[in-house]
Amino acid sequence: MAKFSRKGKNKLQAISTASLPDIVFMLLFFFMVTTVMKDQSSLVKIKLPRATEVKKLENRSLVSHIRIGTPQQTSLYGSDPRIQLNDAFATVEGISEWVSAEREKLSEVDKTKMTVSLKVDQDTEMGIVSDVKQALRKASALKINYSTTKILAYEN
Amino acid sequence: MARRELGEINAGSMADIAFLLLIFFLVTTTMDTDSGISRTLPPPVPPEQQEDKEIKERNIFTVLVNRDDRLLVEGRVMNLDNLTQEAKMFISNPQNAGNLPEKEVQEIPFFGQYPVSKQVISLRNDRGTSYGMYIKVQNELTRAYNELRDELAIQKFGKKYEELEEAKKDAVKDIYPMRISEAEPKNVGG
Repeated sequence: MAKFSRKGKNKLQAISTASLPDIVFMLLFFFMVTTVMKDQSSLVKIKLPRATEVKKLENRSLVSHIRIGTPQQTSLYGSDPRIQLNDAFATVEGISEWVSAEREKLSEVDKTKMTVSLKVDQDTEMGIVSDVKQALRKASALKINYSTTKILAYEN
Repeated sequence: MARRELGEINAGSMADIAFLLLIFFLVTTTMDTDSGISRTLPPPVPPEQQEDKEIKERNIFTVLVNRDDRLLVEGRVMNLDNLTQEAKMFISNPQNAGNLPEKEVQEIPFFGQYPVSKQVISLRNDRGTSYGMYIKVQNELTRAYNELRDELAIQKFGKKYEELEEAKKDAVKDIYPMRISEAEPKNVGG
């Protein structure tokens, strides 16, 4: 017993911080692995609708995005809802070409699994969305996903 | 003496460097995964064979959304809150009522001979319907299917639908297949 008390009284040893980098590196690797860099900037204002019965999209590489909403720069592009494919505005007619281009990026096996995620502002009228849906049908991109934010219940 | 001069490299700043990188990745990380309501569109129909498949009226649950975002379900004006209940009633048809869908006995794994209803939900919207409302309706209809599947799964296997094994999931899915037809929009009036 005496051995312990003598040692404790003599000097308070500093806690070793040698393992701190290890801990930080561990965290760093976690974030590096989970990070997905934002690959597209949105040219349109989108406030996604909310829903309770949502499912996660499993494989990101199989998903292509169509954004529909009013342009960010209303002074330049007006305030009518526009369609954004990749980094540019497009028309409904341009969708079939875009679908085949997106499909070319996938491997032969995944081509049938391609999913189109529709990110549409909740105040958009359905007319333009229906046009897009018909265009996707014609281009045989049949798997679609209405992108929504998950909530637990609607507050009424 | 030479060995003493070499000494040890001071690793004290290592943590700082790592922290800097860590903070960079923390800031750039977006954790949000894509999620939403998945649907499969009907395959394109060649113009020459544009005939509609005959479905009996009693097997169709018609939901109309007009441009004022109001609902007309089976010819009646309805609130969004009642839609799920009504859709569930229609899909399962527990009392085998004459105006609700027919049932056909099918061989389903785990369940044996089971009467499966021939239900189809037809969702039609106006061009002026807001997307937010459309998603709310889609959500309610999906909820009807999910709740029915959950009820059946709990009754049969004592577990929720999502917790079942794939084969059992498929069996439950065979009994309550999600059939929501999203027709091309027509002006359903306002």
